[in-house]
Amino acid sequence: MIGALDAGLRHVGSRVIGGIWKLGCATRFSGTILRRSGETWRRPRLLLDQIHFTGVLSLIIIIVSGLFVGLVLGLQGYETLKRYGSAEALGTLVALSLVRELGPVVAALLFASRAGSAITARVGIMKSTEQLSAMEMMAVDPFARVLAPVFWGGAISMPLLAAIFSAFGVFGGYLIGVVLIGVDAGAFWSQMQGNVDFRDDVVNGLIKSAVFGVAVTLIALFEGYDAPPTAEGVSYAVTRTVVTSALAILALDFVLTAFMFTGV
Amino acid sequence: MAPPAMHLQSGSVSLEHSVASESIVTLDQVAFGYDSRAVLSGISLHIPRGKVVAVMGGSGCGKTTILRLIGGQIKASAGQVSVNGRDVAALGHGDLYQMRRRMGMMFQFGALFTDLSVYENVAFPLREHTRLPESLIRDLVLMKLQAVGLRGASALMPASLSGGMARRVALARAIAIDPMLMLYDEPFTGLDPISLRIIADLIRELNDALGAASVLVTHDVEASFRIVDHVYIIAAGRVIADGTPDQIRNSTDPQVHQFVHGESDGPVRFHYGEGAYAADLGLGPRP
Repeated sequence: MIGALDAGLRHVGSRVIGGIWKLGCATRFSGTILRRSGETWRRPRLLLDQIHFTGVLSLIIIIVSGLFVGLVLGLQGYETLKRYGSAEALGTLVALSLVRELGPVVAALLFASRAGSAITARVGIMKSTEQLSAMEMMAVDPFARVLAPVFWGGAISMPLLAAIFSAFGVFGGYLIGVVLIGVDAGAFWSQMQGNVDFRDDVVNGLIKSAVFGVAVTLIALFEGYDAPPTAEGVSYAVTRTVVTSALAILALDFVLTAFMFTGV
Repeated sequence: MAPPAMHLQSGSVSLEHSVASESIVTLDQVAFGYDSRAVLSGISLHIPRGKVVAVMGGSGCGKTTILRLIGGQIKASAGQVSVNGRDVAALGHGDLYQMRRRMGMMFQFGALFTDLSVYENVAFPLREHTRLPESLIRDLVLMKLQAVGLRGASALMPASLSGGMARRVALARAIAIDPMLMLYDEPFTGLDPISLRIIADLIRELNDALGAASVLVTHDVEASFRIVDHVYIIAAGRVIADGTPDQIRNSTDPQVHQFVHGESDGPVRFHYGEGAYAADLGLGPRP
């Protein structure tokens, strides 16, 4: 009995210490990436390649999802607004939902599963096949040459993807609301224009998505770099990237929303 | 960025160096361990310029650790590793990278960059460390590929190479910036007899052409004894024998004899762990 309790306590203790240890490693890892970022900006080619890898290759899923989220928002929003006789406010509803919340959050979740997992798998396999080690022995710093450009590529791509997501979402809402259901086009656009504030809504949404981009890319890079050099090691790391990123996005979204939109 | 060292060492230069015959790498009573498990305990060895030296031992005896120590990827817990007379552990980030520019390392399975073609793999160190015009890079890459016999494969991607070819490309990449020290991690593992012979001959020829020193970490007795000048045998984290291949082959030490002649049982036991077989089968008293 005492033995089992003892073993249980030990287990909890080692998990907690292990977690703190990993968090410390991740923090130092992130610091190293930031310190070695100079080369990324001196060699735009490296950065462009990574924006292509994380951003451009995620475009299809972002555009299609944005469009469908907009279509659904149009349908659901119209149904609800109609009850209060304010179907013209559909444009505002669709735009605010997308720009403030759905755009940054859903795009970041998709980004984590599409680009985050790809980053983790790539870094994990580069490490397990000793490509990073080989680079180091060729006197090329893998942090400066590989990891930092991926980080900045992700951090830059994410706000752009979120903006594209929102734009296609608004277009989806327009298709359903105006083209299909017949809400007045003038009212749809002018209400949207009048009620969406650039500073409070659009910029705050962009800040959110930039924070998500930084978080997801760092999680993905660290999990890949930290993965044991085996097939299971890399596969668990990819899973952890997606799960941890999703939780981080939702938690960060709550904190950011609390600061930005309720004046807490 | 420091000016690149791009000259190919001429015969007279390498002669001068071999006359001096100073150690390029020295390990002095080096110990290393992961957590509480000691991998190396008190290893000393010298790698003179112009020589090819093999570090041999059973699997998992810490041979690769020695290469990582020389390359400065890990630090010794005791003792000193020096390359060209400088203590590797004491070098800062910048000096360490400067030192690595004079080293070439070939990894066990080549470690080629899978997203780059053979040509780009060999060009990689040149592009990173020099600002040579494209035409000169092209000439250098083709020369290095010619040296390993793969000029015709320059457009291929690493995924379409055989194991032996991948290792030859890795060799061409490692010599791209004319290193003074070559490190080879298990260069013979998993190669067919022809590829194995090609790699072994290349290691020797390139070492002599570059006037460099080479460290070969391997457990392949036949292939390495044919080309090396000196052999260190390692067991349980210590050097148990060293000498020329002939001296090692004729050693009377039972452990060395077992290793060199590949006998399955001897001082190194065939069975892992201890305990009586009969007891485990329930045929006798349990200990």
